[in-house]
Amino acid sequence: MSLVEVTGLSVAFGSVRAVEDLSFRLEKGAALGLVGESGSGKSTVASALLGLHRGTGAVVDGSVRVAGTDVGAASERELRGLRGGKAAMVFQDPLSSLDPYYAVGDQIAEVYRVHHPASRRAARARAVEVLDRVGIPDAARRSRSRPHEFSGGMRQRALIAMALACEPDLLVADEPTTALDVTVQAQILDLLHALREETGMGLLLVTHDVGVAAESVDEVLVMRHGRAVEHGPVGSVLGSPAEAYTRRLLKSVPRVDTPRPPAPPAGAVADDASRDGVVLEATGLRRVFGRGSKAFTAVDDVSLEVRRGEALGVVGESGSGKTTLGRMLVGLLEPSAGGVRLDGAAVTGVRPDVQMVFQDPVSSLNPRRSVGESVADPLRARGERGPAVRARVAELLERVGLDPAHYDRYPHEFSGGQRQRVGIARALAAGPRVLVCDEPVSALDVTTQAQVVELLDELRRELGLALVFIAHDLAVVRRVSDRLAVMRHGRVVEYGPADGIYESPGDPYTARLLAAVPVLDPGLAALRRAERREPAVT
Amino acid sequence: MSALHGFLGFTLRRTLGAVVTLLAISVIVYVVFYAAPGDVAQITCGQRCSPAQVRQVTEQLRLDDPLYVRYLHFLQGLFTGHDYSTGTSVEHCPAPCLGLSYQSDQQVMQLILAKLPVTGSLALGAMVLWLLLGVGTGVLAAWRRGRLEERILTGVTLAGWATPVFVIGLLLMIVVCGQLQLLPFPQYVPFTEDPEQWAWNLLLPWLSLALIEAAKYARLTRSAMLETLAEDHVRTFRAYGVGERKIVGRHALRGAVGPLIALNANDLGSLFGGAVLTESLFGLPGIGRELVHAVNVVDLPVVVGMVLLTGFFVVLANALADVLFAVADRRTVLS
Repeated sequence: MSLVEVTGLSVAFGSVRAVEDLSFRLEKGAALGLVGESGSGKSTVASALLGLHRGTGAVVDGSVRVAGTDVGAASERELRGLRGGKAAMVFQDPLSSLDPYYAVGDQIAEVYRVHHPASRRAARARAVEVLDRVGIPDAARRSRSRPHEFSGGMRQRALIAMALACEPDLLVADEPTTALDVTVQAQILDLLHALREETGMGLLLVTHDVGVAAESVDEVLVMRHGRAVEHGPVGSVLGSPAEAYTRRLLKSVPRVDTPRPPAPPAGAVADDASRDGVVLEATGLRRVFGRGSKAFTAVDDVSLEVRRGEALGVVGESGSGKTTLGRMLVGLLEPSAGGVRLDGAAVTGVRPDVQMVFQDPVSSLNPRRSVGESVADPLRARGERGPAVRARVAELLERVGLDPAHYDRYPHEFSGGQRQRVGIARALAAGPRVLVCDEPVSALDVTTQAQVVELLDELRRELGLALVFIAHDLAVVRRVSDRLAVMRHGRVVEYGPADGIYESPGDPYTARLLAAVPVLDPGLAALRRAERREPAVT
Repeated sequence: MSALHGFLGFTLRRTLGAVVTLLAISVIVYVVFYAAPGDVAQITCGQRCSPAQVRQVTEQLRLDDPLYVRYLHFLQGLFTGHDYSTGTSVEHCPAPCLGLSYQSDQQVMQLILAKLPVTGSLALGAMVLWLLLGVGTGVLAAWRRGRLEERILTGVTLAGWATPVFVIGLLLMIVVCGQLQLLPFPQYVPFTEDPEQWAWNLLLPWLSLALIEAAKYARLTRSAMLETLAEDHVRTFRAYGVGERKIVGRHALRGAVGPLIALNANDLGSLFGGAVLTESLFGLPGIGRELVHAVNVVDLPVVVGMVLLTGFFVVLANALADVLFAVADRRTVLS
C-alpha cells in the first residue's frame, strides 16, 4: 500500500475549479515535489491531503488516502488522528504559523499531547528533544521563547520540530523556504533531507521554485491551472521535459550559472557629457537608525557609482541594508553621513532624475485611484495640466506593454506582472535617467518575472536609463546586471563586473551565497549538499 | 535583566505620560467652566441677595481675579493645600485640595471621598458581571459561528446594546421589585455595615449596567476571536489535529485578551466618574448624582473637581491597561 494515493481529485471553491482530476501516488519514504506557478492549485492539493478543506465550503471530489486513512470518508476523530500523527504539515510563513502568545516549546508540547497520552512534563521534554534535533541551539532555554524572539530560519526549524514531534509517516511542506534567505533556505532543505534519511518519512514538497524541488525530491509533478502537466523522476522532467509548458517554465527560471545574454550596444551613450558616463554617485553613504544604545547602522560607508545605460545589481540577504541604500539613492531617506551626487553635483531629496520602482505592486499603488491617475501623478507634480497629461500617460502605458485604453481601470483589475508594469510606467513618468528598482520581481511568478526583467532591460537599452537593481535573488540579478555590489551587514563586501564575481567570487561570503543557490540539476544538487555538509563535520 | 529594565522603563514612561495628560485636562476643565458666561456670585448667593451681598460673595470667592491667577491658586492647592477662613475659624484643606464647595463650604475632596464608595461599588460589581456575561457570550458566539445559536446570541446582545439604561433598569425594578416582589426597591447600604444587604441592594443596578455593557464585550470578544481564528497559526494547530474546543478556548481567546483589557479600562475609568443615569434611577447617592446636582446649582469647584476626578480615573485605568497589556503581550515592550 502506498503512503499517499490520490485518485481523480478535484477541488472547487464556488465556481473556481482549483484542482481538476489529479491522480498521483507517493510510496513510503519517497519524496514528491508539486511544482507550479501561483494559482496552479498545488497548495490546495497539500491541504486536501490533511482534509483541511472540510467545513470550508470547498467541494472535494475523488479519493485521497493517506497512510491508510480515507481522508474524504474519515470521521472528525480519525481526521484529527491523521493530522500531525501520521501526516504533518510545515507551512510557508514561519512567523504567522505559530501562536505569538505562547512559548514555542509549549506549542510543540500541546500538539504532542494531542497524539500521545503524555504528561505535561514529558511532552515538554519531547519538545526540547525535537527542537534540539532540528538544530536550535540551547534548546531547553530557547523552548521558552516566543516566536517573535526567533529568527526566520529558527522559526521554520521550530515548525519542522513540531512536525517531527509525533513521528509522522508523511511530511507535507508547503513552500517551506519561500520566506527565507538563500543561505537559510539551504540549511532548511539540508535539514529536511537529513531528517528524511534518518526517520524514513515520506515528503510532499509544494514549491514554486524549481530549484528547490531539484534539491529535495525524487519525483516531480508539474501543475498548471489545477491539472497535472507532467509527472516523472526529477532528473528526466527537469533534464528533458516532454511538455511545452514545462520547457517554458524551465526556460524562465533565471540561472545563477549562466551569464546574461550579450546585449546590443546601448545606442545613446555617445552623447554623454559627464565624465566616464557616471550619472549617480554615492560616497561614504551611512545610515543609522535609532539613538544611543539602540542605534543600529543599516548602511555603513557604501560608495558606488551608476553609469549611463548600465545596470548595477545590488544583492544581499534580508537585513543587509540594500533597501535602505536604495532609498538613500532616490532621496527618500537622508543619509546620516556621506552623500549622493548627480552628474557630479551633490543633491538631497527626491528629484525627477532618479525614480524608484517598488517591490510590492499591490501596496505601492493606491487601490482607490485608477492606474492612469497613478501614472499621471508625477506629471501633475511637475506642473503639467490638461489633455497633454492623458496623452503622455497613454504613451507611457504603451511603452511598458499595457493597453492605453486601460487608463481608467483600477489596480485590482490587473495581474501582478501588469501592476508592476504600471509601477514602472509611474517611475518613467517623471522622465528619470536612473531607475532604482527595489526587489521589482520578487513577488512575481517566474514566467512573469522573466517578462518584467526583459522590459527593464529594454528600457535601459532604448532610453539609455541607468538601472540599480536591488534583489535577494542572485540568479535574477545575474540576468540583469553589468556590475554587481554584494552587501552584508550594511557594507559592500564585493563590488565589480558582475560576470567576474559570479564566475570567481573574491569574498568568502559571496562564495557562500552562490553555493547556497539551488541548482536545477539534481546530481549537482546532491554534490553541493555534500560540500555544504563538510565544514560541519570538520 | 534587560527585559526587566525594559518593563520598568515602560511603566515609568506611561506614568509620566499620565501626569502630563492630567495637567492638560485640568487646564481645559478649569478654563471651560470658569470662563463660561453666567453670574456665579448671584447664583451662589441666591435670588434675593442685595448687590452688596453679591459683591461680598464675589470677593470671598475671588471671582474678580484674572482666570490664570485663579488657576494657579487652584494648582497650588492641588500640590500644597490651602487654609480657608470660614469667618470664625481657619480650616485646613490638605494637599490634593480641590477647593471648597460654593454651596456647602465643604471641601470638595471630602465630598467626593464620601460618594466614591457608592460609585465604586456600583462600577466594580457591574464590571464583574459584564465580563462574565459579555466574554462568555462572545466565546459562545465565536465557537458556534455561522450557526443558529450565534445569530440568536448576536441578536440578543445587539438588543441589549441598543436599550437605554433607564429602560432596562425600570423594567427590572417593575418586574423584580414590583410584580414578583423578589427584592425590595434598591436602597444603598454601605459594604462596611452589612455586606449581604449591600450586594442584594446593588444587584439590580449591577444587572442593568452589565446588560448594556455586556453587549459591547460580547461583540468585541467575538470579533477578536474570529479574527484570530482566521489567522495562519490557527490553521497550523488545526493541521496538527488540535480539537476545536482547544483552538477556540486557548488560542483564539488569547488573542481577544488585549482588546478586552483596553476596553474594560476605559469603561471602568469613566464609570468611576459617576454613572449618572443608573445612580439617579436607583437613587444611589454616588458621584454621578452629586455631579448633576452641582451642575444645577453652578457649584463650580465641585463640578471641576468631579470632572478632573473622572479624567484621573480614565487616565489611571488606561495607564494600568497599558501595563497589563504589556504583560499580556510581551511584544509591546520591545517595540
